[in-house]
Amino acid sequence: MTATTPFLSVRDLYVRFATEDGTVKAVDGLSFELERGRTLGIVGESGSGKSVTNLAVLGLHDPRTTEIEGEILLDGQELTGAPESALEKVRGHKAAMIFQDSLTALSPYYTVGRQIAEPFRKHTGATRREARLRAVEMLKRVGIPNPALRVDDYPHQFSGGMRQRAMIAMALVCDPQLLIADEPTTALDVTVQAQILDLLKDLQQQTGSAIILITHDLGVVAHTVDELLVMYAGRAVERGTVREVLGAPRHPYTWGLLGSMPRLTSDVEEPLSPIPGAPPSLLAPPPGCPFHPRCASVAAVGGDRCRTERPELPAGRGAACHLTPERQRAIFAGQIKPRLR
Amino acid sequence: MSDKVSLPAPREAAPDGARGEPLLVAEGLTKHFPITGGFPVKRRIGAVQAVDGLDLTVRAGESFGLVGESGCGKSTTGRLLTRLLEPTAGRIVYRGRDITHAGRRELAPFRAEIQMIFQDPYASLNPRHTVGKIVSGPMEINGIDPPGGREARVRELLETVGLSPEHYNRFPHEFSGGQRQRIGVARALALEPKLIVADEPVSALDVSIQAQVVNLLRDVQRELGIAFVFIAHDLAVVRHFSQRVAVMYLGKIVEVGDRDDIYRRPRHPYTHALLSAVPEAADLMDTPAGGDGSARASRERIRLAGDVPSPIRPPSGCRFRTRCWKAREECATEEPPLLRAEGSGPGHLSACHFPEPPTVERTTEVILDPALRAAEGHTESQPPNHAQ
Repeated sequence: MTATTPFLSVRDLYVRFATEDGTVKAVDGLSFELERGRTLGIVGESGSGKSVTNLAVLGLHDPRTTEIEGEILLDGQELTGAPESALEKVRGHKAAMIFQDSLTALSPYYTVGRQIAEPFRKHTGATRREARLRAVEMLKRVGIPNPALRVDDYPHQFSGGMRQRAMIAMALVCDPQLLIADEPTTALDVTVQAQILDLLKDLQQQTGSAIILITHDLGVVAHTVDELLVMYAGRAVERGTVREVLGAPRHPYTWGLLGSMPRLTSDVEEPLSPIPGAPPSLLAPPPGCPFHPRCASVAAVGGDRCRTERPELPAGRGAACHLTPERQRAIFAGQIKPRLR
Repeated sequence: MSDKVSLPAPREAAPDGARGEPLLVAEGLTKHFPITGGFPVKRRIGAVQAVDGLDLTVRAGESFGLVGESGCGKSTTGRLLTRLLEPTAGRIVYRGRDITHAGRRELAPFRAEIQMIFQDPYASLNPRHTVGKIVSGPMEINGIDPPGGREARVRELLETVGLSPEHYNRFPHEFSGGQRQRIGVARALALEPKLIVADEPVSALDVSIQAQVVNLLRDVQRELGIAFVFIAHDLAVVRHFSQRVAVMYLGKIVEVGDRDDIYRRPRHPYTHALLSAVPEAADLMDTPAGGDGSARASRERIRLAGDVPSPIRPPSGCRFRTRCWKAREECATEEPPLLRAEGSGPGHLSACHFPEPPTVERTTEVILDPALRAAEGHTESQPPNHAQ
């Protein structure tokens, strides 16, 4: 975090949806920053608000049912409440998105090449011929064999991994400075997932863009991101570099996530240590700390604090938890880490 | 939820169901789905070779894992073993009886002993039935009246899977995904089966819920001594659950063995590639913060090119050869049999002409992906690679 304004800065973001049952607080006071050339991982379970945050950044929410508050500054430009015309200039040009399901994100009616060329023509005013050459070049960069031929294929003629590559090519065609990848590999097999994650990393080294990688898989972020934000029930509960968060996690929820995942080297005789219960409803989140009904450390904090007072996430490295950082470290080293062996 | 499974009434020991004895044996199991096309007369123009000549044995009381990427035929295998699909060729023998083409009536007694747990906890429970009706369904169909009545048995089963007996009159929509999967487990246990085929039972659940269900299934498997065929794409989950594991690729088993054979001493290049592709958060756990990023030094790094080929026209010879860095001419002409490779333990079979040394530590990287090679500036000659 430098003294100058960061490339992307989200401050006190609130996203609420009006539904028949009441107001869903999908994002409940979120702040983070991201510099150029860095990758931020956002992990959380379904309903934690990780995808909604990023739809809000790009203004892709439905304005009729969604209420957004807070500040989203991209390279000094305010995006919350910006007119659609301004957002259109940002989307696909300065900031682009890669979606989880490449089959629904690509249109089946147009060739892959045309879909890659379209944002390029729109934002740079290139001719049809120039845009087509650019599409071939992009397909080549993401490793599609025979790009000059494949550019005229339709999405259904591509395999799952190739479609994901094509979508990355489409997102990168205007050299965006911010790339948001929402579960980019969840629908893919592990061998293809490894290819795509490596590719994203290598492309970032070439272009120096900032990347937000959204995923539910802590394994995926381990080798891909620089900084990590763990979200629970619409709030960030832990933040730090990926080494800090995965090497010495502080929040009981992060401990729970790590304990829930079997590893290739873990002791098979030991049962997993899952988080009890289920994520809360965002219609009526629990008072105090939203994680307290599932948390094993409530007694360690003592009193009613967890049930009544909402812990705040400190700036920089830290966790939104009433345990003192010393207690967090002690509990992790003494009780949690031995179980993760 | 409850850590321990509360045991229902102990089952009578079946004479032919002792632990370790073969319970279900499949030989040359094959399923081809025909593709029809043409106009005006539709005819068969090909076949998806979903499962092609599978040999496997599930022993009584053991957990047998089936891993592989999408389209490798693992789900089809599960449906063949439960006879939800009719095999194209091959044999299925259950407790000494050939049930390959057994009819509905003949199968009925076996159907009670072989149960299934499905992936999607939303689609696999009837939304119009109460939990009580769903879980007692198998008893109703089979005309079984347990002592104390069906309702008491259902309440007992609900407790076994960590739900409350009071949930008897509720409907599926009142439950979360993890709880629904527990209902599915209770239903599968209702007839005291000898074998449960679980097809991706946790992959639709959130991480924190996944662990709850994995623990439940493990307790059920161990304490009730039920044999499991556990089908999943997540290698770590399969390792955690299964005593023996088979790795499938394009409709064939490429390697099978005990858990440690597969995860610590794999011989097939594909198994190596799969294991090296699993991203692990634990890689960062031991290195101090601010390390040099070589957390993965001791683990393999293999990046295959492209995707799994189409099962409509699988490659000749070894089906993995189009993505394999060791492929030679022999691999294209001759299909490698599933054998015990030199240096492998008993019961550890692999299908490769040029098996890897039995370790997962590797000093050189294998990168076949053209985009990565370009990006990382590899300039040396391409390895033999027939992909695309």
